[in-house]
Amino acid sequence: MTSIPMPEEGELATKPALDETNYLKAGYGLKSWLLTQDHKRIAIMYMIGIGIAFLLGGLFALAVRLELWTPTKTIVEAETYNKLFTLHGAIMTFLVLVPSIPAIIGNFVLPMMLGAKDVAFPKLNLLSFYLWLLGAIGFVVVLFAGDLDTGWTFYAPYSIRTQTAVALAATGAFILGFSSILTGLNFMVTIHKMRAKGMGWFRMPLLLWGLYATSVIQIVATPVIGITVGMLFLEKLFHIGFFDPNLGGDPVLFEHFFWFYSHPVVYVMILPAMGVISEIITAMSRRHIFGYRFIAFSSIAIALFGFLVWGHHMFVSGQSSLMSTIFSLLTFSVSIPSAIKVFNWLATMYKGSISLAPPMLYAMGFLFLFGIGGLTGLFLGTLSTDVHLHDTYFIVAHFHYTMMGSALIGLIGGLFFYWPKIFGKMYSNLLGTISFVLVFLGFNLTFIPQFLMGSMGMPRRYYNYPPEFQAYHQWSTVGSFVLALGLFTALWCFLHSLFWGEKAPDNPWGAVTLDWKTSSPPHHHNFDVVPPVTDPYDMDDVYWDEESKSFISRSQQAALEELAANASGTQEKNS
Amino acid sequence: MSGQAKVQEQGHGGDHGFAHPVPLKILVGVAAALILLTILTVVASDFDFGAFDIWIAMGIALVKGSLVALFFMHLFWDKRFNGFVFIASLFFVAIFIGFVLLDTHTYESSVKQWVQDHPQSGHALPGGGEHK
Amino acid sequence: MSQAIDTIHGAVDHHPHDSQVAHHFENAEQQFESAKLGMWVFLVTEILFFSGLFCVYAVYRSLHPEVFLYAHQWLDKGLGAINTIVLIVSSFTMAWAVRNAQLGQKKALMINLTLTLLCAATFMGIKAEEYSQKYEHGTTWGASFQPHPDAFGEVHGGEIKKEDMPRNTQIFFSIYFALTGLHGFHVLVGMGLILWLLIRAAKGQFGPQYFTPVDIVGLYWHLVDLIWIFLFPLLYLIH
Repeated sequence: MTSIPMPEEGELATKPALDETNYLKAGYGLKSWLLTQDHKRIAIMYMIGIGIAFLLGGLFALAVRLELWTPTKTIVEAETYNKLFTLHGAIMTFLVLVPSIPAIIGNFVLPMMLGAKDVAFPKLNLLSFYLWLLGAIGFVVVLFAGDLDTGWTFYAPYSIRTQTAVALAATGAFILGFSSILTGLNFMVTIHKMRAKGMGWFRMPLLLWGLYATSVIQIVATPVIGITVGMLFLEKLFHIGFFDPNLGGDPVLFEHFFWFYSHPVVYVMILPAMGVISEIITAMSRRHIFGYRFIAFSSIAIALFGFLVWGHHMFVSGQSSLMSTIFSLLTFSVSIPSAIKVFNWLATMYKGSISLAPPMLYAMGFLFLFGIGGLTGLFLGTLSTDVHLHDTYFIVAHFHYTMMGSALIGLIGGLFFYWPKIFGKMYSNLLGTISFVLVFLGFNLTFIPQFLMGSMGMPRRYYNYPPEFQAYHQWSTVGSFVLALGLFTALWCFLHSLFWGEKAPDNPWGAVTLDWKTSSPPHHHNFDVVPPVTDPYDMDDVYWDEESKSFISRSQQAALEELAANASGTQEKNS
Repeated sequence: MSGQAKVQEQGHGGDHGFAHPVPLKILVGVAAALILLTILTVVASDFDFGAFDIWIAMGIALVKGSLVALFFMHLFWDKRFNGFVFIASLFFVAIFIGFVLLDTHTYESSVKQWVQDHPQSGHALPGGGEHK
Repeated sequence: MSQAIDTIHGAVDHHPHDSQVAHHFENAEQQFESAKLGMWVFLVTEILFFSGLFCVYAVYRSLHPEVFLYAHQWLDKGLGAINTIVLIVSSFTMAWAVRNAQLGQKKALMINLTLTLLCAATFMGIKAEEYSQKYEHGTTWGASFQPHPDAFGEVHGGEIKKEDMPRNTQIFFSIYFALTGLHGFHVLVGMGLILWLLIRAAKGQFGPQYFTPVDIVGLYWHLVDLIWIFLFPLLYLIH
């Protein structure tokens, strides 16, 4: 963006310490970060926080896998094992997956994609981060002071009777829910009210449609988990008896309440990832997205259908067979919009000029893993097969393919895609590629054996198991360590780039959305001059400029030239 | 909308375009209607309409709620989308409560059967097991 | 292309921002509309939050109507009706206060906010009286439900016989305390917010160009009223 005139440069010269043209240098010191209202800095704080939580949850997973190396005790006692898988699940769901893409990537790019200076409510955005932090601290206290052995689902009546720290964990989940609601609220209002001139709904990048659908779920579903854990809290403290059969309550009701939130929330995890994939695939295939409106509306459809299927988690819970049948039927409807997306992505790639840089590798990995995760879901939505597969490793493998293999791979792909924009540094393509290969192989090695042993009846969450499953468990454990190695390689690739990476051009991938039409890293206020809004996937708008090693937008260049001409014209008149 | 026109007539400059004060007459009228309906619902509860009781009570509450939403909360004059957001939330509530009710009523028979087969099961209840 | 230039000029020609408009908004109206939509979205979360308890109510009432029919006799219909009217009046003064803020009537605004606050305090006072009655009678939630002998007999103009008490009567009071407790908590939060408005109003911060806080606290307050409008017949007027 060297050719762009910067009218405020003269002013800035008087304050050499602060650089408004780079949000990373627009303020220094810890306070400028901790009290920032800049959505970009909040995104980075989330990135660090969620990264640490992910590391913690991942280490628990490795400990669980190590314990399962032998059919009996390997490294820890059974009680510790229960706590390990509970904390792995609770941390990964509440602290990592739910906030991850919206809070990191969404926060960073959403206002820029809209051509806005910030989200609608910057203070709420910061509050949302601190609520996340408070909830995270709650979980850490549970980790060290008390313990938790209910699994991440807190099912009644066990959660009411166990002496472990359920009330504290419920409080933590409540606070995290609030954080999630505030993010959703902020994004929804921002998308409605802060779009730049000319940014109609159908000129929005598809990531924004994904984030919009996500915020609908966050706003509608999260309060229900709030009241549910609130009631659980009252059960623990005051024995109020809504879910306790000893007091005339109904434990199945708890499952209904829990899954009214927790099923839609899996779409909170996957929809933003799908949005990121749409962005990566178009930019890296150099093709206009195929079926823009289908992808956009399928996001909304997934969000709405997601509210009609929660009972498929309860087929063996005592739910009536009438409702199980209805929920089973409705469950299949979700596969329609999901399949629409996958077909459209493949059609976008068809005859494209595909660049196999790390973001695209992860995006293609997503397509493959999401395909497996989605298709195995059909077995679980079918009543007769689910009764056999319920609570086995099959289901563990299924939701890891969708949550880890799709949502988190989407996040990592997104980080590789947006990294040059966020920090203004290019990473090593070699390291990125190695990380992808290790992650992809390690992931499949971990979870394909779990599909196999699950279908043979190996139950989930068991500490001991019959020896004939040992080979599968050992393959899975080996896979989990390969996966961990891949993730650490990705981390190293990112950290390496911060210190030794080359300076990133403004638009290395040739994306057309507005977030790529500002400097890397962006201005403190995102744009010097808001670029004209174009079709977000019109690849003819950008061309490769050898001199700046960057893609340049024709429409933006023309607009700036005209602006400069007008400015000099008025100057002449004045003189 | 006619309401908006009325607001403009109240005569305060057009320079604050987005402030639409609700005429005092409307506010007073709505408050009076709400109080009357409250009295009505209390009186109605003294009569026995059988199974219709709850629907009469809910019907009156619905009218009162609509008055509050439309006039006190300005939805009558407001951007349509705000009203849509409100109505949509009720739609989700209906799905939630409707599905849960359908399920609990369908499996209730098995719960009843269990209680019948275990006559001592109420002993842990507060107040003891001698409830009818 | 002219449209594109408009975009650029829109961004470059900074409007003279007045102090109440945050830097990332174009103008006061955009800021107001955003805050208003934000509040409506927040009210959606409140409705869904309460819906959990309404769902519990619907399930247990429809499955065990005899419990509700029997236990509601312990509630004082008269006090409930008075509280309903108190909240309606507070909603009215709040709506009037929004009008005052929009018209820049500082004194009237402060009077109406004070009246709203007084109504809210009255509501909580009556609620406290009702709670203490329940406590004295031992008609409280869940495991603590142990009605005293003097809880039976002549109550609120009716006759409650101990031998008629159905199984699981405690569920009614669990629901009663959960619903009215959560609602009461919202009233307390609302009182805090109105007090905050009153302080800002005294400083003369509201007028035709900036009344957003009064408007959105008003929305919140009306929702609290709206929920009570449904709670009253559901809990007190069972037949």
